[in-house]
Amino acid sequence: MFDIAPTFRPVTTETPVARWVLTGLAVAGIAVLVAAPLIAVFAEALAKGIGAAVASLGNRDALSAIKLTLLIAAISVPLNAAFGIAAAWFITKFDFRGKAFLITLIDLPFSVSPVVAGLCIVLMFGANSLAGGWLVAQGYPIVFALPGIVIATMFVTFPFVARELIPVMIEQGRAEEEAALTLGASGWRVFWTVTLPNIRWALLYGVLLCNARAMGEFGAVAVVSGKIRGQTATMPITIEMLYNEYLSVAAFSMAAVLTLLALVTLLLKTALEVRHADALAANHRH
Amino acid sequence: MGRPLIHRSPMPGLGLSMGITLTMLSLVVLLPIGALLLKGATFGIGNIWDTVNRERVWAALFLSFRLSFFAALFNLVFGVILAWVLVRYRFPGRRLLDAAVDLPFALPTAVAGIALTALYAPNGAFGAIAKELGLKIAYTQWGIFIALIFVGLPFVTRTVQPVVEEIEREVEEASATLGASRLYTLRRVVLPMLMPAALTGFALALARAVGEYGSVIFIAGNIPLKTEIAPLLIVIQLEEFNYDGAAAIGIAMLLISFGMLLAINLIQVWSRRRIGYV
Repeated sequence: MFDIAPTFRPVTTETPVARWVLTGLAVAGIAVLVAAPLIAVFAEALAKGIGAAVASLGNRDALSAIKLTLLIAAISVPLNAAFGIAAAWFITKFDFRGKAFLITLIDLPFSVSPVVAGLCIVLMFGANSLAGGWLVAQGYPIVFALPGIVIATMFVTFPFVARELIPVMIEQGRAEEEAALTLGASGWRVFWTVTLPNIRWALLYGVLLCNARAMGEFGAVAVVSGKIRGQTATMPITIEMLYNEYLSVAAFSMAAVLTLLALVTLLLKTALEVRHADALAANHRH
Repeated sequence: MGRPLIHRSPMPGLGLSMGITLTMLSLVVLLPIGALLLKGATFGIGNIWDTVNRERVWAALFLSFRLSFFAALFNLVFGVILAWVLVRYRFPGRRLLDAAVDLPFALPTAVAGIALTALYAPNGAFGAIAKELGLKIAYTQWGIFIALIFVGLPFVTRTVQPVVEEIEREVEEASATLGASRLYTLRRVVLPMLMPAALTGFALALARAVGEYGSVIFIAGNIPLKTEIAPLLIVIQLEEFNYDGAAAIGIAMLLISFGMLLAINLIQVWSRRRIGYV
């Protein structure tokens, strides 16, 4: 099992017994904490056969939830990717005062509870607020409608792309872009032909994580969506509604769809880490 | 200050990238957080204190921070072991184990919540075993504890793993040639090198657990004074359209979280200085 024969154990490793115990602990811990819930999702979804599971996804409310979740991801992920690229360009290509503070502000959403994030958006754009009241009067409600869910989703996924790009772009430096500029390339040409090819795998990595979180966000969306069935109920919100109505097969079937998405995300992420390790931030290379 | 605000640079796109960055940051993050603070300011410190200073709110805050601390502590120990095993040992399925560590990041919290409840409810696979032993996990504080371990699981492993990879074997060899046992080397040489990264992971896991909502509410049972977490109180206030009350609890949570993160950062600075390692 181990590649080092125990009789010639070098001083920089543990005894075979210690290695077995530690490896066993790690495997058992992940089996109980991570693998078991994963299996439980599929076991509960298929409790009454695959027919019942698929049928539960076919009704109008389920389909509208799936469509809404896809729509929200389709709006918020590209916007956050655009922000991530702009922020990473601004932070890594220019020198200015307060850079560390700006990075802290971009990371802020990671240390704010999703529920507090949702609360902030309700207070900012809700019908009782200054901005929200005016927008509602114009016929553009934000909270309990699509724009509110998009903003809440963007809040919780805000740092993902920027965080992946900044370390990679710092490491790559500015020399290649400067060379292209001295050769007479325009700013946009430099970006499309020099910078983007250099950061594409890191960008994909960030977008992948951003998308997984955007499709699965629950706390912030629960607060701003109003949970209107068929209108503002995303897939995670629908899971909660079905679960609370004791429709276990339907709840776990929709959960299984999101679990498959999570597994695909992990697969692609691992593939990126293995194949394009050089192009990712240093802490993702193993 | 003689230093200019922004240094001159031949790089193009200053206005555009700065404009997009600051506009989106303000619209999506800063203005909404500002709206919360403004709500708190108009509500008044006295009123915020009166809202927070009730038995039910204190119980929820204490429960959230206490269980989050112990869950992060569990993840600190387990995460360091996991990182060590993943980097140092070679065994079949290592790559799979490595990928599985990230599942709590990728799995939506509501999915995790109902899956854990199905497992640990009295009629679930693990819940039934616990019942035999006379224990109840789901709908008690133990259930919340398990959900918080789940959501914080990857943080310590992912911060410690790159540091373990960087450790030079020569240091461990030097320690061994000087007569230290393996355990002594691990405790006095290796562990101090891992501590700053492990504490960073601990802080991240703690911050995540304190604010966690989706994976907890299903398994918690949500009994006031017993298994009610702080984020749930905010949701309850909002459902009653009590925006002032929600804002008061939200501000209290923000302040306590930032205070804890600050304290952990100070501990990190201290631990880095103590071992002279950056």
